[in-house]
Amino acid sequence: MKKLFSMLMAGAMMVGLLAGCGNTPATSTSSSTPDTVAAFKIGGTGPLTGGAAIYGNAVKNGAQIAVDEINALGTAVQFELNMQDDEHDAEKAVNAYNNLMDWGMQVSLVAVTSKPGEAISVYHNDDRVFGLTPSGSAPAVVEGKDNVYQLCFSDPNQGTASANYIADQGLATKVAVIYKNDDVYSKGIYDTFMAQAKVRGLEVVSETTFTTATENDFNVQLTEAKNAGAELLFLPMYYTPASLILTQADAMGYEPKFFGVDGMDGILTIENFNTELAEGVMLLTPFNADATDEKTASFVAKYQAQFGEIPNQFAADAYDCVYAYYQALTNANATPDMSAETLCGLMMEQFSTMSFDGLTGEGMTWTNGMVDKAPKGMIIENGAYVGM
Amino acid sequence: MIENLISGISLGSVYAIIALGYTMVYGIAKMLNFAHGDVIMVGGYMSFCGTVYLGLNPWLGLLVAMGVCTVLGMTIERFAYKPLRSAPSLAVLITAIGVSYLLQNAAQLIWSPNPKSFTPIVTGNIKLGDVVLPKVALLTVGSCIAIMVALTLFTNKTKLGTAMRAVSEDKGAAQLMGINVNVTISTAFAIGSALAAVAGVLMLSAQPSLVPTTGSLPGIKAFTAAVLGGIGSIPGALLGGILLGVLENLSKASAVSQISDAIVFGVLILMLMVKPSGLLGKSIREKV
Repeated sequence: MKKLFSMLMAGAMMVGLLAGCGNTPATSTSSSTPDTVAAFKIGGTGPLTGGAAIYGNAVKNGAQIAVDEINALGTAVQFELNMQDDEHDAEKAVNAYNNLMDWGMQVSLVAVTSKPGEAISVYHNDDRVFGLTPSGSAPAVVEGKDNVYQLCFSDPNQGTASANYIADQGLATKVAVIYKNDDVYSKGIYDTFMAQAKVRGLEVVSETTFTTATENDFNVQLTEAKNAGAELLFLPMYYTPASLILTQADAMGYEPKFFGVDGMDGILTIENFNTELAEGVMLLTPFNADATDEKTASFVAKYQAQFGEIPNQFAADAYDCVYAYYQALTNANATPDMSAETLCGLMMEQFSTMSFDGLTGEGMTWTNGMVDKAPKGMIIENGAYVGM
Repeated sequence: MIENLISGISLGSVYAIIALGYTMVYGIAKMLNFAHGDVIMVGGYMSFCGTVYLGLNPWLGLLVAMGVCTVLGMTIERFAYKPLRSAPSLAVLITAIGVSYLLQNAAQLIWSPNPKSFTPIVTGNIKLGDVVLPKVALLTVGSCIAIMVALTLFTNKTKLGTAMRAVSEDKGAAQLMGINVNVTISTAFAIGSALAAVAGVLMLSAQPSLVPTTGSLPGIKAFTAAVLGGIGSIPGALLGGILLGVLENLSKASAVSQISDAIVFGVLILMLMVKPSGLLGKSIREKV
């Protein structure tokens, strides 16, 4: 008993000791205002807390703005949004999906990130609930499921598009690639990038890898790239390791061009990160918050007013998802009293034939659940994304 | 090649400083303190909080981290390990793993799992012809050597150091000679944890990404280094650490970069098979 007590004391003391300079992340819960008018129940899961929370909250906020705008129009199609937290965990996503089904979800945003998306898209398929994911980019999310669609690029497309972009813009001829070989996202982009680089005559002078266990040190990989004379470093990865690569490259005085993919989005938000290092970093993303067109400007202004930050592409993708649903449901003359299964049939018909104009692309069409749209090249200048 | 060798030696020096903590505690208390790696992480966060939230000079931040880690190490010893002093070694090992998880999860609760970018204690490079020497690497190797020398002098010349060696040789006899075993063990934890804070700050200055699991893999590698050099031996920790760091970086730079960790841990297995007491370890006959 005494031992147990002292163990507990030890634990309590340590937590107390460390609590001095805490910095708790803001968590938020979601609920949208149901109107007296019947509304379509639109649900989705995403990491609202934890390491990937930046993506989940962006999707939730972006979708909420679209829902509010559409409900204010007062047409026959009204929405009620329910975003559940999955902490970027496949098992929790399944629980969240079950919660949504109990709530009576009619159309779905599936999941924000790929692994949970892969897990629950199977259930969408079995239960015949239509899904349109704003950002679950792995091909496995949609493959073999006739009723799950993506509004974001599928991963392999990013590799091809990046190689094309680098070649078209003449950014470099000697390229080095660092990728994470235990991650489907990174490996998928790497494979298609290499294939397309060959076609376009880009010379890949250095290819190095890392894994989850070794993502805390890139000195060796950077030295290789530097010695091989690479002018451009292609980084198909998320922003955490990318930020370390930028810092270590700077520390060794190596200044190539950096080119990232959509996972690079978020690099400016790392606490205490020297954003000057990210100056000039290029990334391929479908959304440009600095675009001057009316739709983008109005969305960015609303997002900033409500949430106090510049929306990233995940927010824009989510906004587009809701509007794509709005267009499809309106065209199909759907009503909120229809069952999820009936709506699933209607949505499959609509999405396979319709063309949609959104913030993240004009004239989007879908084949086999994958979207076809043009990526935009962006460059980080003065701590913000600017279109190239 | 030379640059990889230098960063390998620098990485190895960090492993060596961490390995000292394992070696001292093992030598004196005959236990493996698997929470040692997480003390590194706490040191990193403390230094981060000091420099970023309180606006302290990075060197002052290092002192804060050393202070907090010393207290933390002694607290862990007092509340988690001391009550188990006469318990079987397996129970102590499991407790150490538990403390490790406790520290990691507490850090996740307090600082969130989002990465933080660490402010390096020194920045910049020195150029020698074609070779670029990061100042952090020089500082790391320098402090590693200084710590080794100081620690060797401490254990050989001071009264407390002699008491430590006595306890490590025979706890019972030392106690009979009037040595306070508890104070000695507590001192070993204090020194080991303060060194862990130094190692954490040096490591994060070279690899400035801080998350709650920052300490776990370097901790395991430093343990490997301690075993490689001969656990319980201070020069052994230095030798093992540097060998391991160089080996890791060279295998990463070679064609087999994808299995660099497998090579590092493969060396540990080979070493245990060929010479279980490590490179500089004394082979002690079991007393019957």
